[in-house]
Amino acid sequence: MTLKFKLIIVFCLALLCSTPWILSPYYMTLLLPAVAYSIILLGFNLLFGYTGLLSFGHAMYVALGAYTVAILTSRVGIKSMELNILGAALVCFLISIPIGLLCVRYVRIFFGMLTLAFGMLFHSILFKFYDLTGGDSGIKVIRPNLFGVDLSQMDKTNFLIGPFFYYSIGLMVILAFVMWRIVHSPLGLHLQSIRDNPRKAEYLGVKVHRFRLIAFVISAVYGGIGGALLVVPVGLADPELAYWTQSGNIVFMTIFGGFNNFFGPIIGAFAFIGLKDQIVSQTQYWRLVLGLVLILLVVFLPGGIMGLFKTKKTAARSQEIS
Amino acid sequence: MTPILESKAVSKHYGVYKALQDVSLQFFENEIVAIVGPNGAGKTTFVNVLTGLLKPTHGEVTFHGKSIAGVGPVKLAKLGMARAFQLVQIFPQLSVQETIIAAVISQRNLQYNFWSSVDSQAELTERALEVAAIFNLDKKMTRQASYLSQGEKKLLDIASAFALSPEVILLDEPTSGISTSEKRGIMDTLMTAAKLAGIKTMLLVEHDMELVAEYSTRIVALAEGKLLADLPPNEFFNDPELQANIIGKRVNHA
Repeated sequence: MTLKFKLIIVFCLALLCSTPWILSPYYMTLLLPAVAYSIILLGFNLLFGYTGLLSFGHAMYVALGAYTVAILTSRVGIKSMELNILGAALVCFLISIPIGLLCVRYVRIFFGMLTLAFGMLFHSILFKFYDLTGGDSGIKVIRPNLFGVDLSQMDKTNFLIGPFFYYSIGLMVILAFVMWRIVHSPLGLHLQSIRDNPRKAEYLGVKVHRFRLIAFVISAVYGGIGGALLVVPVGLADPELAYWTQSGNIVFMTIFGGFNNFFGPIIGAFAFIGLKDQIVSQTQYWRLVLGLVLILLVVFLPGGIMGLFKTKKTAARSQEIS
Repeated sequence: MTPILESKAVSKHYGVYKALQDVSLQFFENEIVAIVGPNGAGKTTFVNVLTGLLKPTHGEVTFHGKSIAGVGPVKLAKLGMARAFQLVQIFPQLSVQETIIAAVISQRNLQYNFWSSVDSQAELTERALEVAAIFNLDKKMTRQASYLSQGEKKLLDIASAFALSPEVILLDEPTSGISTSEKRGIMDTLMTAAKLAGIKTMLLVEHDMELVAEYSTRIVALAEGKLLADLPPNEFFNDPELQANIIGKRVNHA
């Protein structure tokens, strides 16, 4: 990573941290899910961008994380956010192993359909197992303590755009750093070799199924942690979180930001939430507009927003080759 | 002398079709064995059985005396046998350096390291450079594999197999899809590379009989799934009938 690049990251982070002084509380409440989705998408892209497996059921892990926090805070009485996050990660870790064991044996559309099926299955479980999940009314999330500090008396908006906002950013930075290390490590290189050519990878001694499973589980854990952050501002875990359109949004955001780039998904999360908010405020046909954006994106900008910055570099490289 | 690799009365049947019938062969150190035969002779099946990809219907394949029937490519790489395919197999989005390092990681059992950056590990980058230099790819370490020329892609494919430091390497038509003028260059590079990398036995599936005559130390001929001949090149090329069976026409070789 060059010094220039490091400076850009520091600048972006400083800008993000200063938003409570720049933006109105309304826009601040939009930034909270964007930060949570950044974490979810970092995990999702390990599976999609780095391992080559496109999941259409990733919202399941987001919902699992969210419901874990809801059950732990309102039913078990565990208020510590750190324990809730650990709980969400653990639940996703345990559930993703058996599902992953089955799914990673398949690739392309078969993998996509299997993950979609598991996602829909989980969605109906949330609806039908009323005693456990609260059915369509969901489960309330009690405001958690951050680092053992009880903030229940604080005004909700002040809590969310103050301590909770910085808590989320802190977690995002840590998890982005961990993911950066993973994708640049020997394990990360083996995942990329699987994405490019699994047959060749096997002949170079890469355990294709095992490494796909590792990527699957890590991405599920990131999804769960993101879900834990996502549900606190809303205050309710409901089945909508696990609906297949949420999985579609995750794919959309990743493509929007650019799945070929480490930071693409983070940019995608912020850009998608901002864009959606603007379109929704303008027209009731916002789904139509978002659909059009997706079509234009795939046709004219397959590299996503980050692809815009890469174009120059790629052009220079092709020139060097010719 | 004990063989490194051995097939003992190997047969492979697909229903009623007998792709291989009772093939017994031993491969030793310091051999460059060319496997030849007309299309449909069973060469690919034999190679797939030898490399543990296919389980023989009858018989056994042993590597250092241990059975490797159907072990699969990952275990095979671990045991010390590498393979490159007829059609170029590369990682399009990875650079030359990353492609070779992917093999070195497996060979050194570093694949579960999820924390240290690949680029910061000198042992990996130095080894990648060493292997790339043998194949004249050392000036293109950062070049993405998809941007290499066809010949360079082929070399990278083989270089990554060499990076596993195997004892035995199996190359399926290493010069297919390469222009005639480049073929000798690639074969010379391969021979040098084998010496430098300490490869003990090389098996080549090859159609170009001139290359077979020039580079192999032993020729194994298959036809209709049966072993037709197992001879040194001079004896093989002095038997016109045998050649007629293999190539379908009579050729005179020096």
